[in-house]
Amino acid sequence: MIRDITIGQYYPADSLLHRLDPRVKLFTTVIYIIALFSFKGIVGLALITGFLYYVIKISKVPFRFMTRGLKAIIVLVVITSIFSLLGTPGDIVFWKWKSLQLTDAGIINAVLMTIRLVYLILGTSLMTLTTTPNQLTNGLETALAPLNKFHVPVHSIAMMMSIALRFIPILIEETDKIMKAQMARGADFENGNLIQKAKAMVPLLVPLFVSAFRRAEDLAMAMEARCYNGGEGRTKMKPLKYTQEDYNAYGIVIGFLVLVIIAANVVPFPQ
Amino acid sequence: MGIIKTKGLVHDFIRRDEDDNVESITTALDHVDLDVKEGQFIAILGHNGSGKSTLAKHINALLSATEGTIWVDGMDVSKEENVIPVRKSAGMVFQNPDNQIIANIVEEDVAFGPENIGVPTEEIWERVEKSLGAVRMTKYRNHSPNKLSGGQKQRVAIAGVMAMEPKCIVFDEPTAMLDPNGRKDVLKAAHELNKTKGVTVLLITHYMEEVVDADYVYVMENGKIIMDGTPREIFSRVEELKAHRLDVPQMTLLAHELRQAGLPIPNGILTREELIEAIMKVK
Ligand SMILES: Nc1ncnc2c1ncn2[C@@H]1O[C@H](COP(=O)(O)OP(=O)(O)OP(=O)(O)O)[C@@H](O)[C@H]1O
Ligand SMILES: [Mg+2]
Repeated sequence: MIRDITIGQYYPADSLLHRLDPRVKLFTTVIYIIALFSFKGIVGLALITGFLYYVIKISKVPFRFMTRGLKAIIVLVVITSIFSLLGTPGDIVFWKWKSLQLTDAGIINAVLMTIRLVYLILGTSLMTLTTTPNQLTNGLETALAPLNKFHVPVHSIAMMMSIALRFIPILIEETDKIMKAQMARGADFENGNLIQKAKAMVPLLVPLFVSAFRRAEDLAMAMEARCYNGGEGRTKMKPLKYTQEDYNAYGIVIGFLVLVIIAANVVPFPQ
Repeated sequence: MGIIKTKGLVHDFIRRDEDDNVESITTALDHVDLDVKEGQFIAILGHNGSGKSTLAKHINALLSATEGTIWVDGMDVSKEENVIPVRKSAGMVFQNPDNQIIANIVEEDVAFGPENIGVPTEEIWERVEKSLGAVRMTKYRNHSPNKLSGGQKQRVAIAGVMAMEPKCIVFDEPTAMLDPNGRKDVLKAAHELNKTKGVTVLLITHYMEEVVDADYVYVMENGKIIMDGTPREIFSRVEELKAHRLDVPQMTLLAHELRQAGLPIPNGILTREELIEAIMKVK
């Protein structure tokens, strides 16, 4: 199940979307989410569908790869739509039992909710599918740099994210090793009730934490030895630079948002 | 003055309990004096806990001395304003290859040091190119470090230090976690750096075979330097080394035993070729 979640995975390919500056993609994702939750009416929905279709098309990420990510959240989608299906009061009531009711507004609501969630997952996973974690942290660091003025340690946060990305696979491998070592000594991680299972985790977590702290200490020293001194005065091997393509993308995305807002006011039906 | 010079260097690790009372004192360095000339290849030998890593950390301004002074490239390490310049002129390669690679892509890790010292972008690319080439890792520049072998990771770490263009590099047991092939590659990289770039190398090691090619050797025990000299001088004192429970290269030991058995074989034999030559002369 965890492996099915495509959010956070990268799909290497050579497409316009892969080439775009990560800041553009972050901005687009924010705009897309705003549009998704503020659109009204059939024209707005058509606009968003068209936009999503177009972006998926140019990303060169196979659609089937993306739908794999949907499987993991299907339960969530079903539960939320059942809630809005049976919990919304409306003008035409088809069926009623105690506080549960099936109404016209409920049906529209459930359909819209499903569409929003599915589109949300597709759209946001598209960003991570076309952007490497490094570009993403780099993009976040550059895009959020103005927050430095408000004493938000943007550089440190980005550095922490990228170090976490580097060490997660190492720590997972280590967990596996420790688990096998404990199992060889008779530890049982699979049987028993929840409390017994939780207790079995203690001899796993303690050595894992000890080793993680030792690694952290070593790493801090290695970084210091290489003159790391925070973000000040640092240069970059791969500084972010906008190209014409990026400016065009900004234009298209803003145009898209304007159209969605106009559509919501001109044709606000249904809803 | 040489590139690294220490005078009466003392380092105490003081452990305190909750009430700030001194619980125990470990003297990791005990009046160490050494003087390393630029361009030399130095080996430092010693048992676990003899203070080798502590000395290495002092050279990198990662610890501050309890007593005595250390100068790197003529700069007094204890001065606050010298810390960054000292780290620029003396790089360090650590034992664990995993815990010293910071970035998620090989070339970006090599660039980490130059980025920190504010090297302009174009020059960073040049330096990364050169350093990866020098350790023969160019092929892997876009790989994730997690997919490399230990020896390859260690070579990436060396490239990362080289890219900062230091005058001197301290290797703290860089081969301790590697297999024989990885060891060979890493040592070769260190020797090439020393020969072609003229970088001063301090190699801390447990392996006697790695010491043989050094210009000068220091032997440490309990925080003190107990012997120093060229490898030939050091290894001709077989009995003394044995008294300190230190190993001797295989060929030196064999020559020593043959001599004890009565064969007229000279002192200080280090390699197989030298031993063969000496035995041929015996007849
Ligand atoms: N952070 C520390 N806190 C307290 N004592 C320490 C610390 N680091 C090292 N020591 C002690 O200082 C002494 C010298 O340690 P050091 O790490 O320099 O030895 P070493 O020669 O590098 O050994 P090894 O071959 O195991 O790497 C040891 O007795 C050690 O226990
Ligand atoms: Mg050590």
